[in-house]
Formats: sequence, C-alpha cells, structure tokens
Amino acid sequence: MAIDINKLSWLVGGEAGYGIMTAGQKFARAMILGGLNVFTHVEYPSLIRGGHNSFGVRVEERELTCPILLYNLVAALNKDTIIRHKNFVTAGGGIIYDANEVNIDECSIRYDIRLYNVPLMEILKSIKGAIKIMRNSVLLGASIAVLDYDFDYLAEAIRGVNSKKKKGSKIAELNVRAAKKGYDYVKKNYLSDFEVKLKKKTRKKRMLLTGNQAIGLGAIKAGCKFLSAYPMTPASSIMNYYAKKELDSEVVMKQADDEISAINMALGASYAGVRSMTSTSGGGLALMSETISLLGMTEVPLVIVNVQRPGPSTGLPTRQGQGDLKFVLNIGHGEFPRIVIAPGDVEECFYETFNAFNFAEKYQLPVFIVSDKHLAVSYKSIPKFNTSHLKIDRGLLLSDEEAANLKDYKRFMITENGVSPRAIPGQKCMFRSSSDEHNEYGEICEKGDNKILQEDKRFRKLKTAEKEIPLPKLYGPKKADLTIISWGSTKGAILEAMDYLESDGIKANFLHFVYVFPFHSEYVREFLKNSKNVVDVEENKSAQLAGIISEFTGFKIEKKVLKYNGRTFYPSEIYDELKGVYNG
Amino acid sequence: MVELKNLSTGNYTPDWCPGCGDYIILNALKRAIVKLNLNPNQVVVVSGIGCSSKLPQWINTFGYHGVHGRGLPVGTGIKIANKKLHVIVIGGDGDIYGEGMNHFIQSLRKNIDITLLVHDNQIYGLTKGQTSPTSMHGDKSVTSQIGNFDEPVNPIALAVAQKTSFIARSFAGDLEHLTNTIADAVSFKGFSFVDMFQPCVTFNKHNTYDWFKERVYDLQKKGYKPNNLERAFKKSIEFGDKIPIGVFFKEKKELYEETHPVLKKTPLVKQSLKNISIKKLMEEFC
Repeated sequence: MAIDINKLSWLVGGEAGYGIMTAGQKFARAMILGGLNVFTHVEYPSLIRGGHNSFGVRVEERELTCPILLYNLVAALNKDTIIRHKNFVTAGGGIIYDANEVNIDECSIRYDIRLYNVPLMEILKSIKGAIKIMRNSVLLGASIAVLDYDFDYLAEAIRGVNSKKKKGSKIAELNVRAAKKGYDYVKKNYLSDFEVKLKKKTRKKRMLLTGNQAIGLGAIKAGCKFLSAYPMTPASSIMNYYAKKELDSEVVMKQADDEISAINMALGASYAGVRSMTSTSGGGLALMSETISLLGMTEVPLVIVNVQRPGPSTGLPTRQGQGDLKFVLNIGHGEFPRIVIAPGDVEECFYETFNAFNFAEKYQLPVFIVSDKHLAVSYKSIPKFNTSHLKIDRGLLLSDEEAANLKDYKRFMITENGVSPRAIPGQKCMFRSSSDEHNEYGEICEKGDNKILQEDKRFRKLKTAEKEIPLPKLYGPKKADLTIISWGSTKGAILEAMDYLESDGIKANFLHFVYVFPFHSEYVREFLKNSKNVVDVEENKSAQLAGIISEFTGFKIEKKVLKYNGRTFYPSEIYDELKGVYNG
Repeated sequence: MVELKNLSTGNYTPDWCPGCGDYIILNALKRAIVKLNLNPNQVVVVSGIGCSSKLPQWINTFGYHGVHGRGLPVGTGIKIANKKLHVIVIGGDGDIYGEGMNHFIQSLRKNIDITLLVHDNQIYGLTKGQTSPTSMHGDKSVTSQIGNFDEPVNPIALAVAQKTSFIARSFAGDLEHLTNTIADAVSFKGFSFVDMFQPCVTFNKHNTYDWFKERVYDLQKKGYKPNNLERAFKKSIEFGDKIPIGVFFKEKKELYEETHPVLKKTPLVKQSLKNISIKKLMEEFC
C-alpha cells in the first residue's frame, strides 16, 4: 500500500463543550511547528452544550486554500462523530475511538477503515489531577502516534508557543501528560503502517489566523479606534478581538444595546473624526438599514462588516452561505453611493479591511466588507502580513489649522469629483448635518434643483472612486476552455478545483470579484464576451452575482453551480460540476 | 465671551408654529450656553426626527440631525470620540420615549457626560396629531378616536429606577427655570436628563400652557433636596392637580470616559494614526 507523506485531512469530533475547538487548534499549531501548512474547517450547531462539533485540519507542505470532503483520520470522542463522518473516511483511512464509550459493532464501519481503540477515560484515570475534558488531549496524542509525527510539536502546541516559560501551566502539563499517554498507547498497541505519515520540514514562522481575526488586525492597522457592535454569530469574534486589544492597541470597543445603537454610535464617532467600524451578520445588518441610508445622506464615512450566514431570518446561525450580496448592494432606502468589498481569503480580509477605511474617508460613504462564516472561523496558516506599503489616507479631512482659516465653510460643497472638504466638531468651522435633503451648508432645503445638485454630487463620488477601485481579479490564463465567475470565500475551493481540471488537461480561468461595487461594467462585459463556457459559482439559491452581472452588462450567464445547504463548497464538488459543463 | 447673537443662524430661522414651546426651549438653550460661556464650536447638538429635532438647524453650534429615535447613540459616539465636546441630545416624546425608548433606558444606565433634553408635548406634531407615549390615558387624537387606552410613560420614574446621575423636569412656560435647569444639566459631570413640558399649540388642546401653569410647582422652592432616591421616586409619580418641576435627583458617579483606560488619557480623536504597529499582534498568532 502506498503511503502518503505530508498530505492529510484529519478531523476531531464530539459533543459541544468537550474541547473540540481547542483540540483542533492545538493539532493545527503542532503541524505549523513542524513546518507544515494547514487549513481548518469547523462545523458546529447553534447551542452551547451538546450537539455535534467537528474541527477538521487539512495538512500539506504547500499553502492550502480550502478544506476537502474526505478525511484520512477521524478522532472521535463519541459515537455520534463516527456515525456522522464514517462515510467521509478515505478507503484505508482510520477512526480513533474509545471502546468503553462506543459499541463499534453498532456503527457498521466499512472493512477498509482501520480502527484504533484507545481507552480515553482509563488513560486519564492513571494521571493524578486529570479530568474528563482532557480526553481531547489523549485523542491528540493518539492521532500524532498514528500519523508517526513528532510528539514534541504537539507538546509545544499544548503548552502554548507564546509562553516564555519552558514549562506550561499546571493544566497544560496535565494535558501534555494525557496526550503522551495516548501517544504511547497507540505506539505500543498498533503498527506504524497508516496510510499517511507526517514528516517535519524546515520550520517557518507562520500565523494561524481566521478571517475575523484578520479583519480585526486590518482595522487596528488602519487606525480604527472605535468599534461598536452587538453580538451575533458568526461576527462576534470581531468585537471580541477588539475588546481583547483595547489596552494593547489603544482602541475602544463598545458593546451596544442593539445593532441600531451600534451603528449610530459608530456613526457619531466617525462624524466626530475617529475611524470607526461596526460588525454584524445579516439580521443585524437589516436593523442598521435606516442608518446606512443616513450615512449616505450626511456623507459620514463608516466601515460596516457583514459576516454572512444563511437566511432567511434566523436561518442557519452557525453555517455557511453567501445570500446577502444583493441585500448589501441595495440596503438602505433611497439612493446613495456605497462601496462593497468581498474578501476571498484570510489575507484579503486583512488588506481589504485596511483599504476599506481609506475608501470610506476618501469618498465619505459607507463601505461594506462582506465576509461569511467559512472565512470567519476557518484558520489558515500564512506568513506575517507585509505592512510596509500600507498608508493611511484620510482624504479631504481638514486639519484644525485648515479649518480655522476657512471662510464661508460649506460642508456639502458642490465639487467636480463629488467630494467636499470635511470638518469635524471642535474645529473652528461650524456646520450642520441633516438627514433631510440639505444645501451646501447643511441647511434643510426642499428645492427641486438643489435636490438634483446634491444627489448628483453624491453620486459623482462613485464615478471618482471607480477609477481606483481594483478590477475583478483574473486567475489562470486569459484564454481558457472554461471560465469561472465567483465572489468572496468560494475562491479557495475554486482555485483547487482548477488544479484538478488542469490535471485533466482542461484549461480554466477564474474571474474573482473582491470589489463588487462600484461595478466595472465595461471590463466585465468585454471579458465575458470573449470567454467560452462561462460558469457562475456561488453559495446561494438565486445566483446573485450572475444577476448583478446581467444587470450591469446585459450578459446572461446560463450555467450555474450553486450550493445552499449551509455548508461551504469542497473543491471536488466544483470540479465534478465543471467537468460536467465542459463535457456538455 | 459668548453672546446670544453668536448663536443665531441669521436669516435661517425656525419653521415651528407660532406660539410653539420649541421657540422657548431654543431660546433657553442659547441662554444656558451663554450663561456657561461655552465656546459654540465645542458644542454639538444632536437630534432625531420630529418638530423638536429640527432644533440643531437653528443654533449656531455644530449640529447633527439624524434619524428618528437615534440621537442618543449618535451623541454617545461623538462623546466617546471627543470627550472635550459638550454633547447635547435633543428629542421629542415620540422620538425618545417611542422610537428611541431602548436607547433612552440604556443611556440612563451608561454614565457618559452628555445631556438629554426632551421636548415633551404629549402628542405627535410633525405627523399631525397622533397619540404619543406620554399622551394621557383617555385623551383623544387622530389615532385614538375612542380615547388612549394606554398609560403614559413616566420618564422621570424610569430615570429614577436607573439611578441616573442627573434627573430634572422643566416647563417651556417658565424661561428662567428652563434656562437654569438646562445650564445645570449641561454643566453637570455625568449623564443629565431634563424632561421639558412643551405645549403643542396646534394639536394638544388638553395639556396647554394654562393647564400646566395651574399645576406645576418648583420642587426646589419647596425646599426639596435631590439627594434621596426613594423621595425622588415618590415625587416622580406625582402627576395630577400638582406636578413637580425642578431637579429630582442628582448624584456624581464614575464617568465612562474618565474611567476607561484608553479614553481617560486623551480624546480618541487626538490619538495619532501614524506608524501603528501590529508586529506584536501578528506575533501573538504565531
């Protein structure tokens, strides 16, 4: 039997509340410490205890962009994990379980799957002070043994690499001992002949980071000093990160009473000159709608993060979907300009959040970051960000001195590019802002010609912005047999599906929309006209991007690959569908 | 020295009905700013939607006229951004006690140094005469043709229940009392709240200037001391032949912006955005 080196898909699963997430993170960290790269995939239900949690870690030497459907090794804390995942274990793969917990005969396991019985509780009983929750560590140790990996990396991961102390905390040491016993048990009782082996490579400095953490980092780097938000899955970890960094990074996170309060506080702070942000998910964004329109009318810059989950309504709170694109493009009554950015991976979450603040202030309008659950909670191992080229641009924000020297200040002055010089309270040029239509001074004005002047001015900002908004990004050759169109987090799975197609000799390219609005109509129209076999790939029911493309270019994409079961795409699914399209 | 004329918006003048209490409140607010000698460019008047919420348009300070009910969170954000500013939030009874009731109650429990002035006319004016959260039980309106079934909101009692640091009521029929109460509220270090009876001469034919003049009495003139929460509650539920105005309760508390370790150092808006390093933060993920 052929053995794969450093090509692994591993999963730990169990009841929520038993340390599944922690175990997954420690495993991923242990991989990075041995010079390997990871991409993780988390599934969890909307509850605190009970229910099924799983944490998948994909491991390779190259950088990874997505999870895959099948697992080589499943580490199961309970029977439920086995029942749910046994059909997704590779032929020749394995399951680690505790026969005292699970009657394996009731699980109808395929004969090609190898079983590793590890008595988790019995092992823990032999360690003084160990408690039931440490079963996850025993599983980790057992996994490392099956995979023939270096135990020291796991020990280092459990202890915490940032710890200056050679020894970890008392709890960490107990966990290391539990893991070691699990490791020893497997080494003693089973042969080292599993289908995958892990071998250390040269260790490189890697961050293990989720999209939400990257958004938080990007905002801090951009000088976002104030974030107000209301908890909502899967956006909450952004506000949690900000709260954790208040003192270190000298920022303020204010938990608001509801999303309406959150966005209005952020608006107030931004109006007063502080770079500000709010973060939420679809339902919370719906509540913010009226104030988003107010931002448009009073030309207050703001960055609004929408971490999507599948709707409608409460939908699937902890699952994946891309159903809010048209909503974000249209949210708010009346008409006003906005910029919509949909990062496709952890790196783009960081850089585009940074860019969003510059765009918001340069054009004095709301800028949306549209992320999703898959980006929000999936950890990816990446090198540190290069920040040397990142420059804060506050647009036409007046300095105190400039403001003091202005005569006859018009906050909403009609200008050619639509942008007016922006003063802030406390400066020596007072002005009024109104949600009513207003004249150049900000005074309420109901005259028809003024309405046209002001509305046209606001919309000219969009034309100005369009000149510097990046085009959709093309991956693959200019000319291809197959053209994939998509946006946001499907990027990772699509890039890998393209590799599979290439192995089959099919040349595919991929137009990825990070900047969805303002929309580069001409570029996209020309590109699509010159492409053959155009396929739209999205994680929603109604092919929203295809609809938007049709609206702006008149080009109708007939072939669509859509997934909306609340789970993210696996590359194999996209590959199968695209191959079908290619073969007609 | 700031003078009344510095606060005027010249030919751009209010469009309220003749005789509206809002004129008197605007006048009192200007007088309070003069009395406290506040620099107009250090004052931000924030409002929601309604007749009273147009007020920031007609006073020569900074003004932000937002959407219905949301003046308080906007004002809170402004104060967090720049604690040096005097933030005054204006709203009507519909705006603050109806659409914005959640923000009202939540603001009562956050001790941020802003002032909330509520023009309480017990009716919706700008939408022409509908029942409001403070309309009296049984009062008729275009939307309560049979008579209002609901009990009115008691904003003073709500504030007392939250032990709000400054709770007062005044009356647009008494310019001097109004001016002094607003000045006391603005100069108080902490969240200050003034409910202001403001007769709507067009739509509220029940709670008129005369109706109030017969009933209101000044707590402080009766020797009431605003230092006891239970006494304040007792006074807050007095609403009938006699209606108290004045300061119900006053107590200094820890201020959010002077307690939060980041905010207490320097106003957020004055923090430099130059050379923000995330080296250490990235290291934490390694």
